[in-house]
Amino acid sequence: MSPSVPLQEMIRAIRSARTQCEERGVIQRECATIRAQFRQADNEGRSHNLAKLLYVHMLGYPAHFGQMECVRMIASPRYSEKRVGYLGAMMLLDEKQDASLLITNSIKNDLANSNQYVQSLALCTLACMGSAEMCRDLAPEINRLLRASNSYIKKKAALCAVHIVRKVQDLGELFAPSARCLLTEKNHGVLHGAVVLITELCECNPESLERFRKTVPDLVQIMKGLVISGYSPDHDVAGISDPFLQVRILRLLRILGHNNEAASDAMNDLLAQVATNTDSTKTVGNAVLYETVLTVLDIKSESGLRVLAVNILGRFLLNNDRNIRLVVSQNILTSAATTQKQRISLCIQLYFSFPIPPSRALELSLALVSASNIRSMMKELLSFLSSCPPELRSQTASGIFIAAERYAPSQRWHIDTILHVLTTAGGDVRDETVPNLIQLITNTSELHCYTVHKLYRALHNDISQQPLVQVACWCIGEYGDLLLRGECQEMEPVQVTEDDVLDVLEAVLQSHMSSPSTRGFALTATMKLSTRITENVDRIRSIVSIYGSCIDVELQQRAVEYNALFKKYDHMRAAVLERMPVIEKNSQGHTNGDSTGETIKENLAVKVKQAEPQQAANQVCDLLDLLGGSEPPLQSSPALGSTAPLPVGTAGTAGGDLLDLLGGLEPTAIMPVSVYDKDGVTVTLSCEKQSDSGLSITLTASNSTDSDIRGFTLQAAVPKSVQLHMKAPSGDSLPARGAAKVTQMVVLNNPNKVVNLKMRLRISYTSQGSAVQDTVQVDSFPGLGH
Amino acid sequence: MRFLLLFSRQGKLRLQKWFTSMSDREKKKIIRDMTTMVLARQARSCNFLQWKDLKIIYKRYASLYFCLAVESQENELLALEIIHRYVELLDKYFGNVCELDIIFNFEKAYFILDEFLMGGEIQETSKQIVNRSIEASDMLQEVRFTDSPCVRREAGF
Repeated sequence: MSPSVPLQEMIRAIRSARTQCEERGVIQRECATIRAQFRQADNEGRSHNLAKLLYVHMLGYPAHFGQMECVRMIASPRYSEKRVGYLGAMMLLDEKQDASLLITNSIKNDLANSNQYVQSLALCTLACMGSAEMCRDLAPEINRLLRASNSYIKKKAALCAVHIVRKVQDLGELFAPSARCLLTEKNHGVLHGAVVLITELCECNPESLERFRKTVPDLVQIMKGLVISGYSPDHDVAGISDPFLQVRILRLLRILGHNNEAASDAMNDLLAQVATNTDSTKTVGNAVLYETVLTVLDIKSESGLRVLAVNILGRFLLNNDRNIRLVVSQNILTSAATTQKQRISLCIQLYFSFPIPPSRALELSLALVSASNIRSMMKELLSFLSSCPPELRSQTASGIFIAAERYAPSQRWHIDTILHVLTTAGGDVRDETVPNLIQLITNTSELHCYTVHKLYRALHNDISQQPLVQVACWCIGEYGDLLLRGECQEMEPVQVTEDDVLDVLEAVLQSHMSSPSTRGFALTATMKLSTRITENVDRIRSIVSIYGSCIDVELQQRAVEYNALFKKYDHMRAAVLERMPVIEKNSQGHTNGDSTGETIKENLAVKVKQAEPQQAANQVCDLLDLLGGSEPPLQSSPALGSTAPLPVGTAGTAGGDLLDLLGGLEPTAIMPVSVYDKDGVTVTLSCEKQSDSGLSITLTASNSTDSDIRGFTLQAAVPKSVQLHMKAPSGDSLPARGAAKVTQMVVLNNPNKVVNLKMRLRISYTSQGSAVQDTVQVDSFPGLGH
Repeated sequence: MRFLLLFSRQGKLRLQKWFTSMSDREKKKIIRDMTTMVLARQARSCNFLQWKDLKIIYKRYASLYFCLAVESQENELLALEIIHRYVELLDKYFGNVCELDIIFNFEKAYFILDEFLMGGEIQETSKQIVNRSIEASDMLQEVRFTDSPCVRREAGF
C-alpha cells in the first residue's frame, strides 16, 4: 500500500507553516493547483488531488469545488479512484446537496459489480449519506443483496437497510422477511447486522414488533451459544465472546420482552445465565452485565431475577471504576430501576465518598429514602451535611427534614435528627423550620424533658446558630421547670441551676451574634421562667427592666409589657405565662413518627421534594373517626406542585397560601345556606369553587338569643382524600341579638374528585356560663351540584 | 451513534465521521463545542459527558482524543469498547500507531473506520476480518482496473 506521496508532501508543507497566514497561503496555492487539475479531462494523479482536497477540507477550509470531481471519480473504473471518490462523497456531499443525486446511478451500478469491495464502497456510501429518494430507488437492490450474496456483503447490506428504514419507514415492510432469514446465519457480522435491522424494524413499527416476537427463541439460542461457548479467538474481548453482539441481542430482547409475559418467560433463564456467568472484572464484562440488568428490569421478569439484577446494580455502585458508578447512578435516577430502591439503598453508604457531583448524590439518596432504610440513610445524609459544599447545605437540610417527617421511626429519633441538623447547619435551614420544630416538640409531650435537656446542652455549647438558639430558648422558657428538676428518663441526669439557665439566656440576649428575633425569643423565655423558677425571680425582673430601654423597638415593647406584668398585673402573671396548649396545625400537616406502626404506602411516582405531607390535627382526630377512617394515609398531592421543598403550613394563616396555587378561576358567589340552627345560634355556609378541585367555604355564625356567647369555635372534618384548611375565625364571641357575626373561611381541596363531598362541623361555645357542643353534618354544598 | 471525532490536545481535528446529515455550520459548531468540553476535562474524571440530548464518550490515547456521541438509549460502557476496538484496528494496521500516522494517512484511517462502523452501527465484530478486508482492498488498489481477472473474488469472509 503505497502512501500518496503528493498528499504527504502537501501535508508536510502545511504543517511546517509557522503562522496561520502562512498556512493559508500554502493552502490557497494548493487549492488553485487542484482546481486546475480537476478541469483537465484525464489525469494520473486524480485520486491524490482529491485526497489533498479532503485534507484541506478537514482543516476547515472550503472545498465545495471538489463535489463534481467526487461524482466523476466514483464513476471511474479504477478502484483507487472509486475509493477516494466515495470517501469524498461521504465527506463533501450530503443529502442536502443536489450533486448527491448524481451519484445514485453510479451507486446502482457498483452495487451490481462483481467485485465485493466495489459493492462495499457503494453500500457504505449509501448507508452514510443516502437521501430518502436514493433510498427508495435502491431499496430493492439492497433487499436482493440481503438475500443472495456472501456474508461480507450481507452484513453491509443489513446496515444499509437500517439506514433506509430510518429514512423511509414504509420500506421496513420490504426488509422484514429477509431480516428474519438472516438470523440463521453463523457469521457474527451478519448476525449483528440482522439484530440491528430487526431492532430498527421493531422500534418503528409495532406490528413488526408483534411478528418478530417469534424470533425470541432463536435469539436466546444465539446468545446461549455466545455465553457458554469456549474461547473463540476471532471474537474474544477479555474473555467475553463477542460482547458487541451480546449487547445488541440483549437490547433487542428487551424490546421484545417489554410488556409481554410469554416473551419474558422465554428469556428468563438466559438472562439469569448471562448475569451470573459474565466476568465483571473488566469494562467489557460490565458493559454486558449492565445491558442485562437494564433488560431484566424492563421486561416482566421473575422476582428472583429482579433481585439478581438489583444486586448487580448494587455491586456496580461499589465498583472502583467511576465510569460504571456514574452510568448506574444516572440510570437509577431516571429509569424503572427505582422501583427496587430499598435494596439499592444498602449500597449508598459508600456512595458519598466517590467523586460524583454531590448534588447528584443528594438527589439520589433523597429519592431512595424509605421507611426501611431511614436510619442508615439518615446517618449518611447527616454526615453528608457536615461535609457537603456550602451551596448544597440548605437543600440537604430541607431534604433531611422532609425525609425525617415522612419516615421517622420514633419521635425521639425525629427530634434528635432535627437537633443534629440545627447544630451542624443551623445557619442554612429555612425559616419555617423553627415553628415546625416547636410544634413537633410540643406534640411529643413525653419527650419534653429529654428535649429541653438536649437543647440546653446544645445552647450551652454554641449560641451562634440562630434557628437552634431560637428553638432552645423557646423550650427552656416553656419547660424550664423540667430542666431544673434535673432527672430525665432518657439521659443521664445533669444538675442545672437556675443561675446557669439564666446565664445562658442572658448570654443569648447580649451576644452580638443574636438576631433581633432571637433576642425576642430569649427575652420571652426569660420572662416565662419567672413562673417556673423559685429563687431568682428578682434577677429576671432586673433583666427585663434593662431591656425596657433597649434601642430595638420590638424588644423594648416586650420588655415594657413584661415589666408591667410584673408590676401591675402580677396576679395574672401565672395565668399568662402558663404552659402553652398543643399547637394545632390547621393546615397541611404530616403524619408523625409514631403513626408509622402501620405500613407506609409508598408513593412511587412522586419524588420526596414534591411530597405534601399531611397530618391529622389532634382536635380533629375523633371527628375523622366518625367519618369512618383511621389516620389518613400518607398522601401527596400532585395538584399542589411544589415551589418550596419544605412543607409550608405553620400554625395559623401562612398555610393558606399553598392552596392559593390552585387559584386562577374566578370564584362564583353562591347564596349562603343554613346548616345549623339551634338554640338561637345559626351557622350558614356559602361556597365558591376556586378551581377544578378546590373549594372555598365561608361559615357565618350569628346569635339571636338575648345573651352573649363566648368562646365560639368551629371545627370541621372531611373524608379521607379531601384536604382541609381552616383559616382563623374573625372572632370568638357572638354578641346577643345578632349584633355581630363571626365568619370563618374553610378551604377544601378535593384532588380525587370525591363525589358526595360531606363535611362534619362541630360547634362549641359558652352561653350563660354553660358550655355547649354540637355536631352537624353538611351533605350538600350549594353551587357544587352535589 | 451520531458522530465520531478525533482531535489532538491542541484541539486540531484529525478525523471526523458524521452518521447523520448536518449542515457544515452545525458540524463546525459541534466540533468547537466538543473540543472545548473534552479538553477542559480533568485527568481523572469520568469518560462520559452529557451534551444536549446525547451522551458523549471520550477517551484519550497518547496525544489524541477520541470522542464518540451516542443516543441516550445506547450503552456507554460498550461505546468505550468501540473506541478501543477502533484504536486496536489502527494499531494493527499502522503498527504502533501514533498521531502522525493518522495525520499523514488520514484516508486510510477513514477506510479502516468504514470497515468497522457503518451508518452509525458496528459492522464487523471480528478484528481479523476487518484487517483482512482492509488488506485486500489495499491490494486491489494496486491493480489498475477493477475488472481485471486476477482480483475477482466470490466468497467473502
